[in-house]
Amino acid sequence: MSSGIYPWLYLVAAALFILALKWMSAPATARRGVISGEVGMLLAVVGTLLRHEVVNYEWIVIALLIGTAIGIPLAVLMPMTHVPQRTAISQACGALASALIGTAEYYRRFPHGFTMVALSIEILLGFLTFTASLMAFGKLHELLPSRPITYKGQNFVNLGLFALAAGLAVALVINPENTVLFPIFVGLALTFGVLLIIPIGGADMPTVIALLNSYAGLSASAMGFALDNKLLIIAGALDGSSGLILSIIMCRAMNRSFTNVLFGAFGQLQTSAGGGEARPVRSASPEEAASILEDARSVVIIPGYGMAVAQAQHKIRELHDVLTKRGVDVRFAIHPVAGRMPGHMNVLLAEADVPYDKLVEMDDINSELGMTDVALIVGANDIVNPAAKNDPGSPIAGMPILDAYKARTVMIIKRGMSAGFAGIDNELYYMPNTLMLFGDAKSFVSSLVKEIAASVAA
Amino acid sequence: MNYEFGLYVFMLAAFLGFELIRRVSPLLHTPLMSLTNAIASISVVGAILISGEDHASTLSRVLGFIAVVSATTNLVSGYLITDRMLKMFKKREPHKK
Repeated sequence: MSSGIYPWLYLVAAALFILALKWMSAPATARRGVISGEVGMLLAVVGTLLRHEVVNYEWIVIALLIGTAIGIPLAVLMPMTHVPQRTAISQACGALASALIGTAEYYRRFPHGFTMVALSIEILLGFLTFTASLMAFGKLHELLPSRPITYKGQNFVNLGLFALAAGLAVALVINPENTVLFPIFVGLALTFGVLLIIPIGGADMPTVIALLNSYAGLSASAMGFALDNKLLIIAGALDGSSGLILSIIMCRAMNRSFTNVLFGAFGQLQTSAGGGEARPVRSASPEEAASILEDARSVVIIPGYGMAVAQAQHKIRELHDVLTKRGVDVRFAIHPVAGRMPGHMNVLLAEADVPYDKLVEMDDINSELGMTDVALIVGANDIVNPAAKNDPGSPIAGMPILDAYKARTVMIIKRGMSAGFAGIDNELYYMPNTLMLFGDAKSFVSSLVKEIAASVAA
Repeated sequence: MNYEFGLYVFMLAAFLGFELIRRVSPLLHTPLMSLTNAIASISVVGAILISGEDHASTLSRVLGFIAVVSATTNLVSGYLITDRMLKMFKKREPHKK
């Protein structure tokens, strides 16, 4: 190791990052985990500033201040419903940094051999994650259509482009001085990132965001190889494996493979399938629904992305409060892919002050849904669609679902009869024990709260 | 450097990452993603090295400057929002079953 204190600071920082992830495993220690990560990062930055290679401080300090000035409002002012977008934009920033450092390093010394291999991986992943995250941000923020956009030969174009970029990387490793190829390589990486996200629809975002998180980490890790820095290797590897594990969990929760998520363009085929005969459904007014809820002993609320869109989480917590006060057992069933990123529903409900021990995972609640009086579904569709179990031909066949249909009464708050993201009709709407509650989730739940509170007073 | 050594470090860290993340409750998946996203901003180290170097070219300076800005944005917002989210996770009835 070279002289100076920084190698020791890096070592401590690496240990703190590992502890940060370890403490993240349970809510009781999670905040300690964040602090540990913060201290680790601070040590890494201070250690780097103290290195004798670093002699020009003024621009670094200005850049650090600008970054902080952008970062603080991005974190503090962002509404919780926008957390997926923020993650995407933050990922884009991190990936851009990594890609630009790789570019600067390339032009600085035209490295050969293994270093150039690491550098090309860093640059490829960095630039593609940058544009892909920006695209994901656009789709999540609905600046771009969130439905998948497909065209003929799309997979062929994407794979061809990726192969071409990989081929250029090999050529650059063989002959790094070939500076003509480098900008083309960068251009291809940027384009591939855009094309990768175009065919991906909103409901697949949890998987994709996690996967991009993994790429950003791997890019940082590759930078560690190029710069001979073990702290970067470790931090990047932790991030890379974390993103990968989360995206595997998300894929499993939809019973789909990676390739299917990335190249399958889900939901495109089915758009015309729903237009058949209009089948009768039973609907109920807020008064009727409120009286059923009051008489129930156990209620399970199943939130979906629609709850986030309608910003209904606070009203739902009020509903939880009035029902709990009447002695009703109220719990929340959380499907792993509900929402637009892993754990999205948990954060929204936590924001609305729902105690987290009321949030129950799919596997734990499914066995109890058969003994539940009312399953109240708010803005969820595909994750409760029995077709996943009963219809082998359905595009969501085999996807694990919350067994809401087993509950004695199923209530579904919905704006209208339109199909869900996957464009599939939901058998659940037509079942004899189902009541459709038509209306905006937020206003419907608040009238439920009013009804129940009034009858308590009476 | 000894690349073999680096690859061993990478492999061990990746396996450690898998083991640690598998234990994280699904309840905390969103804060976990923000946290790992913030940790990925460790690339700020490389960015500082590039821009702080003596006799760096203008290109290095410009790229390094942008890299420090964006990595810091990632870093600051990542940690702050993770903490903001975790503050909201409360267990109101600690003794109820």
